[in-house]
Amino acid sequence: MESNEKLNIEELLKDLEAYRPRRRGWTWRRPAPNLELGPFSYRDCSEPLAGKSAPLLTAHYFDNVDPQPLPVITTEIASGRFEDDIRRMRMAAHHGADHIMVIRTAGQSHFDGLIEGTPQGTGGVPITRKQVRAQRKALDIIEDEVGRPINYHSYVSGVAGPEVAVMFVEEGVNGCHQDPQYNVIYRNINMIRSFVDACESKKILAFGGLAQIDGAHNANATAREAWKVTPELMVQHAINAMFSNKVGIPKGSICLSTVPPSATPAPCVYMDLPYAVALREFFPDYRMRAQMNTKYIESSTRDATVTHVLNLLISKLTSADIQSTITPDEGRNIPWHIYNVEACDTAKQALVGMDGLMEMVSLKDDGPLRERAREIQERAVLFMEEILEVGGYFAAVEAGFFVDSGFSPERSGDGISRQINGGVAAGTVVKREADYMAPVTAHYGYNNVSQYNPEAVSDPASLIGGCTFEKPEKIIFIDELDETDNVYVRMEESKKYRREGVIKPEMEWLADGVVQMTMFFPVERRLAEAAAIEAGKRMNLSEVEVISREVMQEAEGTRVEIKGKFPFDIDVSSLVLPKEPEIMSDAELRAAIEEKPMSVVCGTVGEDEHSVGLREIIDIKHGGIEKYGIKVHYLGTSVPVEKLVDAAIELDAEAILASTIISHDDIHYKNIANIDRIAREKGVRDKLIFVAGGTQVTPEIAVRHGADAGFSRGSKGVHVATFLVKARQKN
Amino acid sequence: MKRIDDFEARRKHLADMSSEELREHFWSLAEKIVDPLLGLGYEFTSPSVERSILLRMGFSSLEAKPIVEEAVSRNLLGHGAGNIVYKMSLNKGLSLREAGLALAEGKLWDEAAAMFGEA
Repeated sequence: MESNEKLNIEELLKDLEAYRPRRRGWTWRRPAPNLELGPFSYRDCSEPLAGKSAPLLTAHYFDNVDPQPLPVITTEIASGRFEDDIRRMRMAAHHGADHIMVIRTAGQSHFDGLIEGTPQGTGGVPITRKQVRAQRKALDIIEDEVGRPINYHSYVSGVAGPEVAVMFVEEGVNGCHQDPQYNVIYRNINMIRSFVDACESKKILAFGGLAQIDGAHNANATAREAWKVTPELMVQHAINAMFSNKVGIPKGSICLSTVPPSATPAPCVYMDLPYAVALREFFPDYRMRAQMNTKYIESSTRDATVTHVLNLLISKLTSADIQSTITPDEGRNIPWHIYNVEACDTAKQALVGMDGLMEMVSLKDDGPLRERAREIQERAVLFMEEILEVGGYFAAVEAGFFVDSGFSPERSGDGISRQINGGVAAGTVVKREADYMAPVTAHYGYNNVSQYNPEAVSDPASLIGGCTFEKPEKIIFIDELDETDNVYVRMEESKKYRREGVIKPEMEWLADGVVQMTMFFPVERRLAEAAAIEAGKRMNLSEVEVISREVMQEAEGTRVEIKGKFPFDIDVSSLVLPKEPEIMSDAELRAAIEEKPMSVVCGTVGEDEHSVGLREIIDIKHGGIEKYGIKVHYLGTSVPVEKLVDAAIELDAEAILASTIISHDDIHYKNIANIDRIAREKGVRDKLIFVAGGTQVTPEIAVRHGADAGFSRGSKGVHVATFLVKARQKN
Repeated sequence: MKRIDDFEARRKHLADMSSEELREHFWSLAEKIVDPLLGLGYEFTSPSVERSILLRMGFSSLEAKPIVEEAVSRNLLGHGAGNIVYKMSLNKGLSLREAGLALAEGKLWDEAAAMFGEA
């Protein structure tokens, strides 16, 4: 697929019944020690992408290098419509994500079986065979495009864990959450059932080579003072890790979901670092899935991003095998496209920026870091001793040991207690009889295969000529079960936006029309919010809501962000696009200047000390116009406009190049108009080519103010040189 | 239960352990906690475990569900839902799919019960 071509979702949904995943299991990034890219050397990066990607915004200063950090980078994409999420997955992959996690629709964990078809979800996506197959198929296309394997991930929990695990292995899902403690504590599913099911699920995941992530991070999100549950988190990690490993999952595929528990205004790095160290010391053979803090998040995307960058610092100072990202808009809505991309960029930018840090910095072996880490470890050990003292895990859960807000062994008495015979699906497990038998691969526990054939004991599925794990052609694919709630119905409603050259703004679903706007009102918060909604309505937006507010000063004003729906379609064919800049070849430009030499005067005008932009345009070492033989008289910065015109006359220059960066109160356009006026007054305007440039200069507006051409951000010497040569030819 | 932080009193037996000893102690406790849980999984099964077996045997979720439900109601799940289908196919000379689909449609269950001595 070409990168300027859209993924065709309709095409993707065809022939799904015949699709087979190309591999099983998880893929880690491959380290690339001493990587040389552009002008830089990197120490902690992974192999660069073999295909297309979106480098960081500032990469154009440095040959568009796109270094990729060593940890796998996760983004969570689940808007409720998997077909729209596929497009977002492609955008995220271009921005560095190679682990795409799909949150399940609300209530799926209590659904007793597999959901089939493609119903719309709430707060997530109904995970079904068809949806998984379509998304895995899409990711195969996307991973070929970016040139790096992409891990696909969802959840194996609830009362249908083993079935979901089987479907995931069959469909080439690469990673999942699996932790029976999550079922027990947060979903109130019976504990015996949860652990019996987990044995089977984990055995299946082990066979499929999936990376497994535990559920301990949920305790962070539940406890009021999240840093106090750190001893318990270590216990939860240990229970799931040991349990999984004993079922058969290798330690290297068992990932601890760990979150720096505090956030500013707490001195969060000081508080979080000892825990991160304590955990990694106790679990040296396991993988760290570093998640970002979601507990203390507000509606400001800036505030969330700073918290997340501090979390990335913890990852860098300790370790992360998987770096998960939380979108900065998580505090106000289900994530939007643009914020998944922002979160991926934040992780990439921060980790690349800290590349090699630990060659220069080390953590101390004494002092508060050591003492605090040891204390958390001892508290965790005491927690486990007490579990055994009260009679084991189930008894401890009944006694409310878990998610108590006290710093264990302190107890606040507010832990979550579940009864051993209570919860969803209580009393549903059944003791296996002596003749119990299951003729399949990756089955856990007692299995009397020898009653049928003693030779089949090591390969129970041989009794039936192989199960779906060996014979995928045995898988039964179910398409749709609901005629009114499926992907085709949804796509029919939005088809004109795919086929007819009509577009609308969008945040999560095709043509949802959602836009956000930031504004400031010089009034107190409540008035500002009301005014912002009124402003949105008068801009023709519907369903206007305030999504974020920040008081700048109680009396002087409030910053407000609103969202609303833009009610119009935009016909692409009616749009007029500015012309792309013309570019002559280097040889043509050199020949033109050699044939007829040219000299120009230039400078940054007004009270303006910016010099970098103009230097880029003129200097030979930046590929500026000098390179083509143009003689440049550079007058420097803060050049009065009159002086620039006088210099052009005095030096008999053919052109004036004025750089004007400061744009406050439109001073940049006023400067342009003044140069034009003075040149006219002095009677030289017709003889001079007048070019104006600057980061905030819009070419068309510059021309309206009297320049012959304007050049904005991203312009190069070759653009200006081409214009000068062409303009001279016209004269 | 409420309790003030008595960490200093409780930690006395840990105080002299090296980092290595503390970690080993931690993992030996973890093992003691999970061993009985693993034992449950070895001895018991569940409707979801059995449906997952039927999926692997080549049945859809829609076919697996009624087979397991009927096995539960006839108290046959302890023999294994996959076992019921497999044994039925052997005894009746049916293919695995044929036997399973018949059971999913509610047929052959009296024979199944008799087959496992639960009739």
